[in-house]
Amino acid sequence: MNDERAHDALALAERALGHAMREGPSEAEVLVMTEDAALTRFANSQIHQNVAETNVVVNLRFVVGTRVGVASSGRTDEEGLKRLAASAAAIARVVEELPDWAGLPEPTPIEEIVEAYAPATAEASPELRADGVRAVIAAADTAGVTAYGSFSTGTETTAVANSKGIRAGGTRTVAQLLTVSMGPGGGTGYAESASVDATAIDAAAIGRESADKARATANAVTIEAGDYPVVLEEYAVVDLLDMLGYLGFSALAVQEERSFVEIGKRIGSDLVTIVDDGRDPAGLPMAFDYEGVPKQRVTLLERGVCAGVVYDVQTAAKDGVTSTGHGLPAPNAYGPFPLNGVMAAGDASRDELIGGLDRGLLVTRFHYTNPVHPKLAIITGMTRDGTFLVEGGRIVGPVKNLRFTQSYLDAMAGVVGVARERKTLKGFLGGVVVPALRLEGWTFTGTTEH
Amino acid sequence: MRDLTDRALDTATILGAGYAESRVVRRLDESIAIKTGRVEGVASGETEGFGVRVLVDGAWGFASSHILTMEEADRVAADAVRIARASGTALREPTVLDDRPPAHGTYETPLQEDPFEVPLERKIADLLAADQAASGVKGIAFTESMYAAQREWKTFAATDGSYTEQTITHVGSAVEANAIDGDEHQRRSYPDAGGGWNAAGYEYIRSLDLERTAGPLAEEAVALLTAPQCPSGRTTIILDPSQLYLQVHESCGHPTELDRVFGTEASYAGTSFLTTDKLDEGFRYGSDLVTIVADATAPGGMGTFGWDDEGVAAQAVPLVQNGIFTGYLSSRETAPRIGRQSGGAMRADGWNRIPLIRMTNINLLPQPGMSLDDIVADTDDGLYLASNRSWSIDDRRLNFQFATEVAYEIKGGKKGRLFKNPTYTGITYEFWRSCDAVGDERSYVMLGTPNCGKGEPGQTGHVGHAVPGARFRNVQVGVGKW
Repeated sequence: MNDERAHDALALAERALGHAMREGPSEAEVLVMTEDAALTRFANSQIHQNVAETNVVVNLRFVVGTRVGVASSGRTDEEGLKRLAASAAAIARVVEELPDWAGLPEPTPIEEIVEAYAPATAEASPELRADGVRAVIAAADTAGVTAYGSFSTGTETTAVANSKGIRAGGTRTVAQLLTVSMGPGGGTGYAESASVDATAIDAAAIGRESADKARATANAVTIEAGDYPVVLEEYAVVDLLDMLGYLGFSALAVQEERSFVEIGKRIGSDLVTIVDDGRDPAGLPMAFDYEGVPKQRVTLLERGVCAGVVYDVQTAAKDGVTSTGHGLPAPNAYGPFPLNGVMAAGDASRDELIGGLDRGLLVTRFHYTNPVHPKLAIITGMTRDGTFLVEGGRIVGPVKNLRFTQSYLDAMAGVVGVARERKTLKGFLGGVVVPALRLEGWTFTGTTEH
Repeated sequence: MRDLTDRALDTATILGAGYAESRVVRRLDESIAIKTGRVEGVASGETEGFGVRVLVDGAWGFASSHILTMEEADRVAADAVRIARASGTALREPTVLDDRPPAHGTYETPLQEDPFEVPLERKIADLLAADQAASGVKGIAFTESMYAAQREWKTFAATDGSYTEQTITHVGSAVEANAIDGDEHQRRSYPDAGGGWNAAGYEYIRSLDLERTAGPLAEEAVALLTAPQCPSGRTTIILDPSQLYLQVHESCGHPTELDRVFGTEASYAGTSFLTTDKLDEGFRYGSDLVTIVADATAPGGMGTFGWDDEGVAAQAVPLVQNGIFTGYLSSRETAPRIGRQSGGAMRADGWNRIPLIRMTNINLLPQPGMSLDDIVADTDDGLYLASNRSWSIDDRRLNFQFATEVAYEIKGGKKGRLFKNPTYTGITYEFWRSCDAVGDERSYVMLGTPNCGKGEPGQTGHVGHAVPGARFRNVQVGVGKW
């Protein structure tokens, strides 16, 4: 673990908290987020964008009674921190009271996650990323396709210090390599990998997977829209977890009656178990949330039945429970959010999932999904980068992309097969661990030209 | 700032950059969020830093930092050059920029009432009054109201001698009323769920008159709970500006981005069906009534500025003229590849991001002759759709599906009963070719979105869209139950 970064961030948080306390709050909280991030992007089988940044954000939540002001700044000098405190204090003095303000959290022991940090990612150079990109391009060249994508590496340090005594600090690393391949006959493919350790990503294998798919999707034919059984690859399953988390598994969504979640209600098949686990080393771990509360493992769906939602401090107080460690930086209108979704593995191989389709579609990934009816989790979106017709359990050939309009709740209820292999991927906001799935039905509502 | 930018450019040049540019950006944000009469969040934010983008032997590198010192300028410039050399190890076609003249001068968003000088208490009170006008309506489950302002001070310097300073101010506000009954959740928002936004001062917020609009809006949200489902089938639709602006954004703005056409966004946002052969052949994008321009000089638009982030002067670029596809949003790197000069559409989301081709103000020009009311009166049978609720479009920007908050039935030239959960879908060019009426200046309004996503690492763009209302024939409304 890179203790020096966390130590420095906590020292900055302490300085900011000191300035805040001199303004006379009843409570105050400082969140420091520092980042060293780099991303090498490629298109047309060459690097075309290549960037790096060093950044810091100091976020101050300043409380007077039940009045709360929030201010943030990128300045870390004493004058900047002093101004930050004055700004948050000025806001707190003019806003209205929050009658149900639950206060800032009390300290809770936080257990470090050693697996969250990989020195190789923290030290990743532009040359290392370029090496990975060249491996992807080489795989594309071999297959006669063109490579597009990105290879990112980053080190994120989070520190929280509040007037109740919380002192939380930690550093984690995240690396991601993704590629889209384009080949003759309009074929496209996709592959991705995310990891704490950049050197654990097999760039050549990612390149081959995507390039092979681009070759396999050449000369796709139009298939009529309608209901089809499907096998969703892991890249598509990510969207199910993201959307269900966004629309339903937040305590605030339940409290505002806009969620589909009712504890004890069945929404999925017996094969579906989803947890949010920030400590799972298979994902992209984080030990505590942006309020300095340790992350708990929360079972969201247990064998298809709604089992829980995630909480931050404010929503937990309203329900008379404790925060599960899913708070986002203040101010936060979204409420708590499950950032580390993990779907339980099944017992099927990929071939067995496909083999179970009498006539259906194999979908690589989704594109531009959006809720049509949030409470019923009805989502529209497109397929992309590899959609195939399967007949008699065998892939017949590629089909052009389709639009779907589908309830993700009905999708969960229709899961009839779960892969035993899982992939670690980046989701909407965090890391997710997902298997491929076979579903008995998926509603496709339109076609397009490619 | 000149010392810092000079230092960064000198260091980059000494280390081997053939071209370098540096941007120093300070950004101030302020936001107010109200939920059901409660002030849930008031926040201010400030960020400042600089970025250096370099070309070394035709390969790009970029580095950035929040530390504004000479030593850091040296480190960041050196980092950018090292990154560019790493780019050079996987380079097939060296980058060549067009030869725009060096940029000099200053630009400032015109405004009457500085939003950062209006007392916070006043801004909270104004928004609270609007929110309470909605939340007080019987049957409303919750309301969400927002106000936000952003100001950016931006200094641009390049090794060709360019040096510009700009101060750009954007403000936005909205009220949203939500009604819930069992599984039914209906909302109405004004001017848009994400906010009505302009490049302006607080006078724009006052002009929205949110408090007057909020009550009737909330009543409509409640009424939608018991409204019939919007019928499915092919029919005539009239799009209110509150929906049409997003239709323009998704189906004209994005596909005319020349970087998408050349594949450099393929790994994330996708590509475009508007390939360069379509420019050469004079592709029919829409009907004769459809003229769309990318105008970075349009008053009030969030895509209005003095120079883009490559130092190219703001200009108006025709994208579609009388239905024929005529131009792209472009950059100094992409425009020469089609034999043109940059149209000045390179914009970066802050100091720590490179400029990308982004929309400026993508405007559907009004057509003289018919007001929006005239178009309704001229429609015997159809639907009037308002306020976007969801959006989706494929990776080449062809197949789209939108949902709006509300549909009004049109019979015999009159707007009648409400329908809930309307959606419509189509193929971009077929849809725009079916346009047979475009409103005149009376419904022409500048809207926009502050959350246009693009790029890796992700960037959020503020873009403008001035549109009137318009009518489209034979459009597929509804998909199955929806």
